[in-house]
Amino acid sequence: MTDIQNKMMENAPAAAGIQKNLVLCGVGGQGTVLASKLIAAAAMEKGLQVMSAETIGMAQRGGNVFSNIRIGEGLYAPMIRKGEADLILGFEPGETVRMLPFLKKGGAVVTNLKAVKPTTASLSGSDYCGEQMVDYLKQVIPEDKLYLVDGEKLCAELGSTRCLNVVLLGAAVRTGEIGLTEEDVLAAIKRIVPARFLELNEKAFAAAK
Amino acid sequence: MQKEFLMGNAAIALGAIAAGVNVVAGYPGTPSTEVLETVAAHRPEQVYVEWSVNEKAAMELAAGASYTGANTLVTMKQVGLNVASDPLMSLAYLGIEGGMVVMVADDPGPISSQTEQDTRQFSIFSKLPCFDPSSVQEAYEMIQEAFATSRKYKTPVFFRPTTRICHAYSSVEVKDPSEYLTNEPSGFVKDSSRWVIFPRLSLANHKKIEERNEQLTAVFSEYRRNAFTEGASGLRIGVAAGGIGYAYAMEALATLPEEKRPSVLKVATPFPFPEELAVKFLESVDRVLVVEELDPVIERALLLITGKYHLKTEILGKMTHTLPYAGEYTADLVKTAMEGFVGAAATGEASGNAASAGASASVGTSASAGTSAAPEALALPVRPPVLCAGCPHRASFYAVKQAMKGKKTIFCGDIGCYTLGNAEPLDMCDTCLCMGAGISIAQGVWHVEPDTYCFAFVGDSTFFASAITEIVNAVYNQASLTVVILDNSTTAMTGHQPHPGTGKTMMGEVVAKVSIEGILKGIGLEFVETVDPLDQKASVDVIKRASEAPGVKAVIFKSPCVAIVKSGEPCNIDAERCIGCKKCIREIGCPAIYTEGKEVMIDRSLCTGCGLCTGLCPVQAISHGKGGAAL
Repeated sequence: MTDIQNKMMENAPAAAGIQKNLVLCGVGGQGTVLASKLIAAAAMEKGLQVMSAETIGMAQRGGNVFSNIRIGEGLYAPMIRKGEADLILGFEPGETVRMLPFLKKGGAVVTNLKAVKPTTASLSGSDYCGEQMVDYLKQVIPEDKLYLVDGEKLCAELGSTRCLNVVLLGAAVRTGEIGLTEEDVLAAIKRIVPARFLELNEKAFAAAK
Repeated sequence: MQKEFLMGNAAIALGAIAAGVNVVAGYPGTPSTEVLETVAAHRPEQVYVEWSVNEKAAMELAAGASYTGANTLVTMKQVGLNVASDPLMSLAYLGIEGGMVVMVADDPGPISSQTEQDTRQFSIFSKLPCFDPSSVQEAYEMIQEAFATSRKYKTPVFFRPTTRICHAYSSVEVKDPSEYLTNEPSGFVKDSSRWVIFPRLSLANHKKIEERNEQLTAVFSEYRRNAFTEGASGLRIGVAAGGIGYAYAMEALATLPEEKRPSVLKVATPFPFPEELAVKFLESVDRVLVVEELDPVIERALLLITGKYHLKTEILGKMTHTLPYAGEYTADLVKTAMEGFVGAAATGEASGNAASAGASASVGTSASAGTSAAPEALALPVRPPVLCAGCPHRASFYAVKQAMKGKKTIFCGDIGCYTLGNAEPLDMCDTCLCMGAGISIAQGVWHVEPDTYCFAFVGDSTFFASAITEIVNAVYNQASLTVVILDNSTTAMTGHQPHPGTGKTMMGEVVAKVSIEGILKGIGLEFVETVDPLDQKASVDVIKRASEAPGVKAVIFKSPCVAIVKSGEPCNIDAERCIGCKKCIREIGCPAIYTEGKEVMIDRSLCTGCGLCTGLCPVQAISHGKGGAAL
């Protein structure tokens, strides 16, 4: 058996032919792309097949953005069907709610609390705020499957607004729903993140409890 | 062989390098851009890469290089092919000496384009073979086969991925550099009977092209990426699919029990169509569901074959309204259609419409598909794309708006970030058609309504790509209009590519900047002024003077894209002073300014400290952050 096959045998999802489907979502500029790259790199290192897709282009300018990540065997397309995501990792509570149709029954939700209010909402005098969205999530997602992260507060404590993605990634990995360990993802962070930001990102990864 | 996690466009680029590409040229455009950038980043010795000023230049350059025996790759998005179609249509008749792959990325949705045009149709129109990958791995391998086909038949070939191939990532088996092919161009050989297009040559070559394409239908029937897979025994139904539609169809099939799985015809070369293979497939089934995005290319080909061979097979697809013509297909849409199709076969319903379950399924991008989740009362925010916080275009548009208040105006926009100037509250883009069109549209309006102050906004990269001849036309034909050049020193929308005005090339050389001002003066414009749009007072003044000057005038708003320069300190709102009038939000719509209850706030993670808002606050409640420039 090759090394890769050995690794696959050790890993539960591949050995059982199980797929992991993850949806990351947020607003353009929040850093969903790097978070999805880190997950993919960690899964690749374990010899798993990975596919992903994300929003690129015009929609990045303040629009809603998403990444789909699929890990496992028998993949043809990078896009996830509705009702098939094991986990939604939302960088913004309204965007988390928007992606709920993709969540499978019994799937988990990790969401940032802070809303990003679009200019159109400020112009129209809309009362859009994060609390409405979080209240709704509490109604529809069982308590043990809903993980709320105060990303704004944690980033402030870390002294950087730029590490929200890694803060949320840490929280998502610790749910156990991605099928990767903290060590797997930390190793990917070490490989991919520039050395001068490594310490900050390691702290950010551990920040959300 | 090794495994890498690659974006589709990166896989295409590495595939081209593995095939021994010598010259790569293109013009940026979503979703094609990263192909050329990846070649440049990995560039082996002896590979020349350039961002050309437009797709036409790229196509012609590649043609010339291919005449010498070089392997060339041209990259663009689907609408770029419209620009490059003039050289390509003629080149199709002449052919080439080396290999030439024309990589055109289609954009179902459209997610980031003006049209949902289908390059497979262009392939049929131009009579050039077309390769259509269905996965990132296949794209990597197929582009190498596209080069081989091009070299063998001495013709340009199309390689047509769509957004979900270009921008998907996948673990990909790639070759070691030691396995790469290399190509030493033999050099241009003078032969005017080959390289100079004349009617007689065109006629002779037209005959050869038709013969070649007939031959290719047989060759492609044997090509391993066109495949006929038999379904459950006794089940006389089939699915025909290409591109990402094939991937969605296969995922949908995997959810069916084995005894219900239809036969599958995978079409990797929509033109020339693998006819013999298709006949075998069609003879084995009574009914076919065709899954393909954009135009019904495979569907029409199958209908033609059923007619030619007198087959009774029923073909379901777009033309039977079983699946929609417009919009991106989703994995959900295809699964629903497949279930309807297979279900109808099981219950023995004869009518084609029994499979039309998919037609009622919604089409759309995944991002918009989820809006039905939340109850109506829970209004999810609409997030149209907007100009970034601190974008100098916002200041430029605002200055023109202020200067022309109360006058009869038209603001003709163009293709780039600044198309977003159409959004409220700026509302400064009355028309947008295609690259460079704004100037001639303004001219057209002026000839009919000469009492209108006509403005055309054009970005710096678009200026070089296709605005110069339009300005010459307006000058020559005595029009009166103001051209506003939004010079942010980059090609921003597609991810900051260099252009002739930046003084850098894709090969990393520092070169002399081509001067926009110099070009305009050379054309003969007498009013050409450059101003920093963040200096609103000066900007409003320049626009007022330009609008009243005779003939064709130009104002260059020069300020770098905020994404390529370091941000300044964010601005501050003095809560004591702020009267909550929200003029700052109503007037400029900067995404860094928002309301929380009645309070107006600045998002410090977004604000770049451009200070546009400071000047318009009626009570001077907004101030520059420390170190901010006072204007």
